[in-house]
Amino acid sequence: MKKALNIAMVLFVSLLISCGGKEEKKKQGFSYEKKAPTEQKTKKVESVPASKKIDLENKGIGPISSMSLSSEINQTMVTHGADVFKRMCTACHRADKKFIGPSPKNILTRRSPEWVMNMILNPDEMVQKDPLAKALLIEFNGSPMANQNLSEEDARAVLEYFRTLK
Amino acid sequence: MKNILRSTIALLSVLVVFTSCDNASKSNSGALSSSAAEKVYVAPGEHDEFYAFISGGFSGQLSVYGLPSGRLFKVIPVFSQDAEKAYGYNEETKPMLNTSHGFVPWDDSHHPDISQTNGVVDGRWVFINGNNTPRIARIDLSTFETAEIIEVPNSAGNHSSSFVTENSEYVVAGTRFSIPIPQKDMPIKDYKGNFKGALSFISIDPEHGHMDIKFQLIMPGFDYDLSHPGRGKSHGWFFFTTYNTEEASTLMEVNASQNDKDFIAAVNWKKIEEYVNNGGGTMMPANYAHNVYDEATHSATSTMKDEVRVVNPLDVPGAVYFLPTPKSPHGCDVDPSGEYIVGNGKLSANLTVHSFTKMLDAIANNKVAGDAYGIPILNFEDVLAGVVEQPGLGPLHTEFDGKGNAYTTFFISSEVVKWKLGSWEVVDRQPCYYSVGHLMIPGGNSQKPFGKYVLAMNKITKDRYLPTGPEVTQSAQLYDISGEKMELLLDFPTVGEPHYAAGCPADLVKPRSKKLFKLEDNKHPYATLNEADTKVVRDGKTVHIYMTTIRSHFAPDNIEGIKVGDKVYFHITNLEQDYDVPHGVSMIGANTSELLIMPGQTETFLWEPKKIGVWPFYCTDFCSALHQEMQGYVRVSPANSNTPLKWSLGEDIE
Repeated sequence: MKKALNIAMVLFVSLLISCGGKEEKKKQGFSYEKKAPTEQKTKKVESVPASKKIDLENKGIGPISSMSLSSEINQTMVTHGADVFKRMCTACHRADKKFIGPSPKNILTRRSPEWVMNMILNPDEMVQKDPLAKALLIEFNGSPMANQNLSEEDARAVLEYFRTLK
Repeated sequence: MKNILRSTIALLSVLVVFTSCDNASKSNSGALSSSAAEKVYVAPGEHDEFYAFISGGFSGQLSVYGLPSGRLFKVIPVFSQDAEKAYGYNEETKPMLNTSHGFVPWDDSHHPDISQTNGVVDGRWVFINGNNTPRIARIDLSTFETAEIIEVPNSAGNHSSSFVTENSEYVVAGTRFSIPIPQKDMPIKDYKGNFKGALSFISIDPEHGHMDIKFQLIMPGFDYDLSHPGRGKSHGWFFFTTYNTEEASTLMEVNASQNDKDFIAAVNWKKIEEYVNNGGGTMMPANYAHNVYDEATHSATSTMKDEVRVVNPLDVPGAVYFLPTPKSPHGCDVDPSGEYIVGNGKLSANLTVHSFTKMLDAIANNKVAGDAYGIPILNFEDVLAGVVEQPGLGPLHTEFDGKGNAYTTFFISSEVVKWKLGSWEVVDRQPCYYSVGHLMIPGGNSQKPFGKYVLAMNKITKDRYLPTGPEVTQSAQLYDISGEKMELLLDFPTVGEPHYAAGCPADLVKPRSKKLFKLEDNKHPYATLNEADTKVVRDGKTVHIYMTTIRSHFAPDNIEGIKVGDKVYFHITNLEQDYDVPHGVSMIGANTSELLIMPGQTETFLWEPKKIGVWPFYCTDFCSALHQEMQGYVRVSPANSNTPLKWSLGEDIE
């Protein structure tokens, strides 16, 4: 019992001390406030952002559960996909660079084709449930992937077009 | 042992609690199932069973409610500007409010009616009349927007409107005020015999709903108050109540209440239609606007028409008869079978019901009691089906439940009275709070009413709600009419004065309700279908900005080279293709409303900058987590400056 009391005492005192210390830092205020975010930032930079993460196993959530891509790229589909991309996606995505959302360049080296299709066709559920899509939403400042109501055929053509972006 | 005893006691007490709970819930549910609250409770996330389209009266609009909950879903702008939705403010919808008197930003909307197929409401369109500057509007129930407005010439106080025939052949509009036809400068005191009343039959294109005035029947100078179509056996006829058969022009409350009986005018429109199709009637010069909204261009156009076909009833023998009806009848209501025509004589102690069969018989046997300006008057007794004796004071309007019962509102005694067709006996009465006008049973003006609820619309509420200064809300009251006795369930405030309403099962409308406009179908002349095509074009002092929106930015969002004195048109296309993602926009100092642009739609507002500076614009409809970031700047330079016209998104302009 005595021991417990002692420990409590020590804790209390150390709390007091630490409190005092904090207050002092607050008085310096500025440098403390400045320091903390810098520390956090360094931590963040160390982890790989969702847009750079490679996960070819995750198929996402949505209508496409499995698909295979032929080794040959279908040029008719590419032309159609490029047109759909221009009309429906360029408000937020640029083929060659990060814009409102990430660039689709080399996307199939980072994501499974199913995941890409589901992200186009079922973005609302994806950003709620899929861990990668959730992380992307946060990485891109909460900018939601808009559901542009593409048909499955159009989405597939867009995917074919993405294969040509290297 | 102690433990066992303890747990046994615990177990027992739990059981006791459970049993008592069970009893309590049983008795509770028994009481609840009959409670009014449960009958109108639509749980969060669930849908109402009926749509109710309730006129907005002097607001000029049409409100959309759910029944039985009484929840308001939308106020559809029809005859009045609505800054919330930019109706009548944006360049696309300004033509909707054009008339022969110029731009009229307001009207008084009265009697909505739903289109019908084979005598049953079909949920395609709602028609409603503008009372003051006579107009009829058609609202498309796939978009819940006003799709068309036609002005009615030779009419004034467009009140006995806008009721549709049983295959939506016509929407009918009758004049309340008689006037000189054509209009001319003449002494008011010469009204009698010189003023005329026009009853307009406006044809409805069966596919697109487009309206066109087929003919106007030029009747004697009475006031034509309300009307309803015949149906079933009386399909092909239309009935209009009249008052002021005295043809008075002053102190009407006395002078128009002299005659013991006014008339219900029975019009055989099929006969007149045939006459007109054979070249009958004469084209007379007129000037009226026909405004049509095109869903592909997201824009309205207004066309002025310069003639209308008029028909003198005396030229079509056997087409029009007068049925004497006591004391300034208001509502003119036809039962689902088409046999009974109820004249709600508002100054009469009794309710008069005419028989269609007896009317035909009297016509066949030429039982004519006299004439008014050459139009035959049938004998009251020869056409009378029956009288509901002293049901209340001030009958206004009657609807039917399809089960042989009629429901009439009484303004003065403030009640709804249920009575039986055929036996004319009063079955039940319920008070209204207060001063009820019309009432509505979903599908009431058709062969097939859905007789589960009746909605009474009240003019006065006084102490019924929290006070809001001298002006207090009007209200509607919902009664359950599924049983022998009516039961008041709900009391809810309404938009403007609810004159009349039309209702139908939600399932008729819900599956057809549009979710968005497809970008590929957008044929707006200033549409920008993708961000790469956004641009700013100067043409003298006029500047067109082709702008797009998507969550959460405008493209372009930086514009320079605008000058003081320019007329700047913002043509904004919402590139979203997802349900319920509109964007709004407003510009500081613009002398107009915001825009509210649906997915796939293009809308335009005009801004005339008056001051130099850098002026922001922003999205007005909370669209996403980054809605607050959805903003942009326009640089305004002096009128004589050389600032080049430039625009950008995501990079500095220079």
